[in-house]
Amino acid sequence: MKVIYNTLFKRTSTYAVAIIASAFFFERAVDVSSNLIFETVNKGKLWKDIKGKYE
Amino acid sequence: MTGKLRSLGLKLFQKAKGGFNWTSVRPKASLPGRTFFAGRPKLLGALGVLAGGAGLLIYALEASVDASSDCVHPPHQDWNHTGLLAALDKESVRRGYFVYKEVCSSCHSLQYIAYRNLVGVCMTESEAKSEAEGITVKDGPNEEGNYFDRPGKLSDHFPSPYPNEDAARSANNGAYPPDLSYIVSARKGGEDYVFALLTGYCEPPAGFTLRDGQYFNPYFSGGAISMGKVIDNEVVSYADENVAASAAQIAKDVVTFLKWTSEPESDERRLLLIKVVLMSAFLIAMSYYIKRHKWSALKSRKIFYIPELERQAAQAAREAELAAKKAESDQCNRCENKNTDKD
Repeated sequence: MKVIYNTLFKRTSTYAVAIIASAFFFERAVDVSSNLIFETVNKGKLWKDIKGKYE
Repeated sequence: MTGKLRSLGLKLFQKAKGGFNWTSVRPKASLPGRTFFAGRPKLLGALGVLAGGAGLLIYALEASVDASSDCVHPPHQDWNHTGLLAALDKESVRRGYFVYKEVCSSCHSLQYIAYRNLVGVCMTESEAKSEAEGITVKDGPNEEGNYFDRPGKLSDHFPSPYPNEDAARSANNGAYPPDLSYIVSARKGGEDYVFALLTGYCEPPAGFTLRDGQYFNPYFSGGAISMGKVIDNEVVSYADENVAASAAQIAKDVVTFLKWTSEPESDERRLLLIKVVLMSAFLIAMSYYIKRHKWSALKSRKIFYIPELERQAAQAAREAELAAKKAESDQCNRCENKNTDKD
């Protein structure tokens, strides 16, 4: 905790960089996980599941 | 008039200078309504029960009127795209498109859907292109100013069977076959209604008069519909042999297709629901914690008001002041006495 504070949170400039970087990775993680949830719940119903038959 | 405006402006300006703050704009501490009910809890309770009873009565009346409307309510089917996260079955949408093309497009338009909308939903781009090339489109004036026909492109919308509503009405006994693009959203009962309508043709009850060119359908408002029964077993032959082309299957597929045309964004909407719920849960928890943290100082303060002690303190202060004045004047008197003594 101390390490994080001293390296990232102490200065506003580093804090801002930390926020932007973590937002980027967090959004990617949320995107990937919600896509995974949606596709698991709807297996077989989506276009990507049936397009193999028609290409 | 301008005088009033000026005085109003002046008042606002002065108030703005002093600053709009909570104490300057809040209503009186005790609103008359609140104090009236504060001492009469039973009255408040009785009024609440009355309001609840009135609401229940209105609901019951509304529901009973619903039951005796001019058509049969469609039975609820278990569509596999109902549900918070359930997507539309794209295979069914694809078959439904072919059913529409072969059965429905002779009378019903689908003017808000373009061939490019099918790409990535139920067809590949080349398939959609070949479907589009199957129609001819009248295109705008060329360099010589002539209108010409050309095969369809992906960007073209689905063709209408009739050029306008009057042509549609005259070809269909005065009845207009509605555009099907949003029909599932536009009819009460949605997919259930359309499915019941398509599969629900039967003999009219005794004494029911049908004009020429009308058919009986209990799910249609009024019972007399101008569309005959179009969906029977095997009216369409499916490319996929594993799917039997029964009337129910055909109706189910075309209704799923029409559901997609009404709500093409439904899949994306459900995906967004997951993301929104995830983020909102986190953000709401954070907001709640931060708000409570910041307000903790205010929420845990104590305010004391002890009138008697205050009164006594004020009394003591006054007496002390009097005593101090007296002492001062005494001192001065002593000085004068001293002087007179000398004399």
